[in-house]
Order: sequence, then structure tokens, then C-alpha cells
Amino acid sequence: MLEADIRLRLSRLNLDAAFTVAAGEVVALLGPNGSGKSTILRALTGLLPLAGGRVVLDGTVLEDPAERVMVAPEKRPIALMFQDYLLFPHMNAVENVAFGLRCQGVDKKTARERAATTLGRLELGEVAEAKPGAMSGGQQQRVAMARALVTDPKLLLLDEPLAALDVSIKTNVRRLLRDVLSKSSAANMLVTHDVLDAVALSDRMIVIENGGIVQTGTPAEVTGRPRSRYVADLTGVNLLAGTARGALLDVDGGGRLVCAESATGPTLAVIAPAGVAVSRHQPEGRRENAWQGKVSAVDLMGARVRVHVDGTPAITAEVPPAAVDELKLDDGGELWVSIEPAAITTYPQ
Amino acid sequence: MVSSRQAPKTAGTAREKQRVNPLLIVLAALAALFFIFPLIGLITGAPWGRMASLITSQTALKALELSIIASLSSTALALIFGFPLAWLLARGQFRGKGLLRGLTTLPMVLPPVVGGIALLLAYGRRGFIGEPLDKATGITLPFSLAGVIVAESFVAMPFFVITVESGLRSMNRRLEDAARSLGARRRTVFIRVTLPLIWPALAAGTVLTWARALGEFGATITFAGNLPGVTQTMPLAVYISQSSGMTDEAIALSLILVVVSLVVMIFRRDRSGAG
Repeated sequence: MLEADIRLRLSRLNLDAAFTVAAGEVVALLGPNGSGKSTILRALTGLLPLAGGRVVLDGTVLEDPAERVMVAPEKRPIALMFQDYLLFPHMNAVENVAFGLRCQGVDKKTARERAATTLGRLELGEVAEAKPGAMSGGQQQRVAMARALVTDPKLLLLDEPLAALDVSIKTNVRRLLRDVLSKSSAANMLVTHDVLDAVALSDRMIVIENGGIVQTGTPAEVTGRPRSRYVADLTGVNLLAGTARGALLDVDGGGRLVCAESATGPTLAVIAPAGVAVSRHQPEGRRENAWQGKVSAVDLMGARVRVHVDGTPAITAEVPPAAVDELKLDDGGELWVSIEPAAITTYPQ
Repeated sequence: MVSSRQAPKTAGTAREKQRVNPLLIVLAALAALFFIFPLIGLITGAPWGRMASLITSQTALKALELSIIASLSSTALALIFGFPLAWLLARGQFRGKGLLRGLTTLPMVLPPVVGGIALLLAYGRRGFIGEPLDKATGITLPFSLAGVIVAESFVAMPFFVITVESGLRSMNRRLEDAARSLGARRRTVFIRVTLPLIWPALAAGTVLTWARALGEFGATITFAGNLPGVTQTMPLAVYISQSSGMTDEAIALSLILVVVSLVVMIFRRDRSGAG
């Protein structure tokens, strides 16, 4: 179990984040570039000293600046898989993977055997003797995974483990990684900016922005009830903040929605783009939840088209491709959007 | 100076068939001949009939011995003292680093005879370091083998420092982070990661330094003098023979230097060289 309270100040980032990760749990750190995700991992390994807070792993204090405790990186039972893998270019796969074991004092023969076994588990038997330069990106990624796993760390940190992979092999590697993580008895943390990875791999998500935690919860909770624009954008939903009085929600910055559920006080509302209807003229018989705006952008998302309508409030709707022509969406004119109250999910801010 | 080990091996194969400008070939050929002709001159002008006796003469053997001892010693000194200096210049964060680099690599561009005079003023019998050193320990550097080694180190070590510094700079330091996160102590990181990664620079720097020391003339003759059997290294012996009209001796000694240098250059290409 990891108990971390990480405080440090970098030139453009003021990091202050406290969280725990249980043994066997997989926690995804999700956040935009520069939010401090990778910095948290580096701080946990000890490569970046804390200014304040503390790091405790399985009851052992690894770092506590106030108490002047600082266990050196090489003495922490932590493995970090780097985003760019950082495999040793002068060593072959087996030597790379055996390196950590050798540092722990495991004899050469046993270390090589265990390294070979781990490589075999990750379907890397054929590149065991190859150097990183002769491997594909996917193979390098799995060697890096093997190198991190082989020492049985108590805390396994994965920095964007899938980010550098081709889309074609991503799915397979993600499955392999999920398999490995589900069997891991370590506290596992992975950094990602891909919601799909976070949802597929983690038990719990921590969303971080500007060095602070903005939301934590199961993937379903976080994606279903996002607390930040960042997550809402990632999952592709509309997120509106406002003040509720009963079924009425006064949206910050203008506009009023009628919701299916009643609430009071500062409230967040999530609306799936598919739940937003678009028309050229005012929908008949509907007074509430309908407003006008200008089309600001039209994006093709697979078989669907997303229309961003700049009204009060601004909102994104999803329409079939045929609608682009029918409604002449690309001429930039005024458009009506409307929403059924039942399509709006509200929850307190 | 350091070849990247991660460079893709296939790069460039597609270009091999590209047509090369004829003018380029002519100029390159002229450049190559410019270097080859003097070698041919040495070989054809050599007194092959007397070669065996010239090479095994007392003066030649002693000069060769001194040259090898002095050049290897100053190379060893470069490794011992030059490596920490290169490390400091590559990794250290302190004010005046640029100035320090400039001062310690100045001998690369300084005429060696100027270096010799400067050495005399510092470490000579009347030098501000040499005089107290003499009084305290009785050690005098000028006109001794130690003086030869000092002169050669002064001129040659900067080549080592600058090559190794660039090697340290161009390596990916995050690989050292990776090693530490895997449990490697600092010493293990250095031996198993840093050293192998800068090995090409280290090898190149060592060879360059040794070659520069072997050929050192100006600083040596100024600081250590030209005492046969004590400070007269090969280049000095070649010069003295030539200027005293013993051309055959000069050519024979030169050929020995050429052979020794060639062997090292070939050895170097095989070990650290391009594949």
C-alpha cells in the first residue's frame, strides 16, 4: 500500500497531491500535458526530491523532508517504466531485464534465467539476445515492461506505457498489460492521457490538473460525472457548471436549463452530444432547453459528425453525416439546439 | 566525435547509388594523394640496406623506449586527471565553467614551444612552483624524463578532456536515472551504464592523446631539453639527425614512428570503429 503526499515546486508547476494506492490495485493518473503526472512518478522513485509531504510504502517511510528521511532511489522497492522505455542500448534484452535483479544481488545465472522467463511471459523469447536498436517499438515496450516487472516491486509505476505504440498493436499490448496488472500484487500506478487506457486498465482514476487532484473515483464515476472540462472533453461530453434551484439550472455565463432531477446550489450537468438535437428552425412546442447559436466547428468522429454550436451556453451536438448536407451546417449560419430534460445528468459541484 | 550506437543501421543504403559530383572525386583524390605522397617519399627514400643497423642503434632504441614510456605515461595521466576534469566540465554546474574549459584546452591551439616556455616559468628550476618544489623535495622537472611526461601531458591531455567531455554530454543521462530506479548504486551506474555508453569517446580520446604525446616536439625540447638517453624522444632524435646531416638516420627513425602510429590507427578502427 502506497500512501503519498507529494509537494514540490518546479518552475512552472506547484505540485500538491495526496493519494493512496492499495496493494493489487491499479490506479490511473489522468491529466493534460504539464499537469504533473510524470513528475509525481519521478518524485515517488526518489529521482526528484520532495519539498514537503511524505511517501510511505507498506508502512516504511521512504521520504519525509520534515523528518529528513530520504531513501535513495536505488534502495526503494519501486520500479518505473519510462515513457520512452530508456532501455540500455548496449545490452541485449536479457541483460536489460536482468540488470535490476543483478543490482539486488541475485547471481548472474539465476538473474538471466528469471529475465528469460519474464521475457517469455511477454512473448519476447525470440528477441532475448537482441539489442534494443534491433527491436520494433512494440518489442522495446514489452522489454521495458519486463524490466520493470522482473524485480517484483512493491510499487509499479508505468509512465504512458502505451503512448509510443502504433495504433495497430496498441489493443494487443493493452490486453497484455491488463493481464499483467491483474496478476500483480504490487501497488500499481499508470500515467496516461488516454481515457480508454485508463478505463481499460485501472480500478480507480485520479484526475490531476495544474499540480492538484481535481477528481478521483472509479472509471465509471469519473467518466460518467466528470468534474473538469479536461475529462469531459476527453470523454466527449458537454459539461456545464451552474446553480440549481429545483429543476432549473442557471448556467454560469448565461442560459437556463430544465433538468429531470431537482437540485440546489452549485451543480454540474453532463449532456451527451447525442442527446442534443439540431434544427434550422425553432423546434415546435418546445419553449425550454432550446436556444440559437452559430456553428463554430464541424468534426467527423468515425461515422458521426460533431457540431459545435456557439450559443448561450456553447454546446456540442452529434448528428448523422447526412445532416451536414440537410441542415447546411457548413455555411456557418444560425442553428437551433434543443435538449430533452431526461438527457441531462446533474450532480453537485 | 562519438558515433551514436542507436543510429539505424539501414540509414543511407538508399543513397549509396546516388551519383557523386566528379569535381568532388578529383578534389578528394588530390587530398588523399597529398597525404600519401610523403609516405611514399619516406618508403622510397629509406636506406633499406642499412635499415637493420640504423633501427637497432643505441640512440634509436633509447629514443624509442623513452618515447613509448613518456607517451604511455602521459596518456595514463590523462585518464587519471583528465577524466575527472572532463566530468566536471560536462556535468558540473558552477560559475566560470566556460573560462575553465578555455584555459584547460588552450594548449590545443597554443604553439607547443610557447607551452614549453610557460611550463619553464611555472615548473622550471626557477619557476614559481618548480623552485619551492625543488627546495621541499629535491625534485626538478626540467631535463628529466618526468619533465618529458609533463610537457607531453600539457599538450596532449586537452584532446582527451575535450573528447570525453563531448561523449559525456551526448549520452542520454536519463539512462542513468533508469539504472538507479532499477536499484543500481552510483558505482554500478558508472561501470555498467555510463562507461559503456561513452566508451567510443573514451577510446577515441585515449588514442588521440597518445598520438599527440608521441609526436610532441616543441614543448618537450623547450622544457625538458634534448639529452640523449634521458629526454631525447623519437621526434627530437629525428630532428637532430636531420639537422646534423644524418638524413638516413632521420628517415629510419621516422619510419619507425610511421609504423607504430599506423598500427595504432588500424587497431583503433577495429576496436571502436565504424562497423
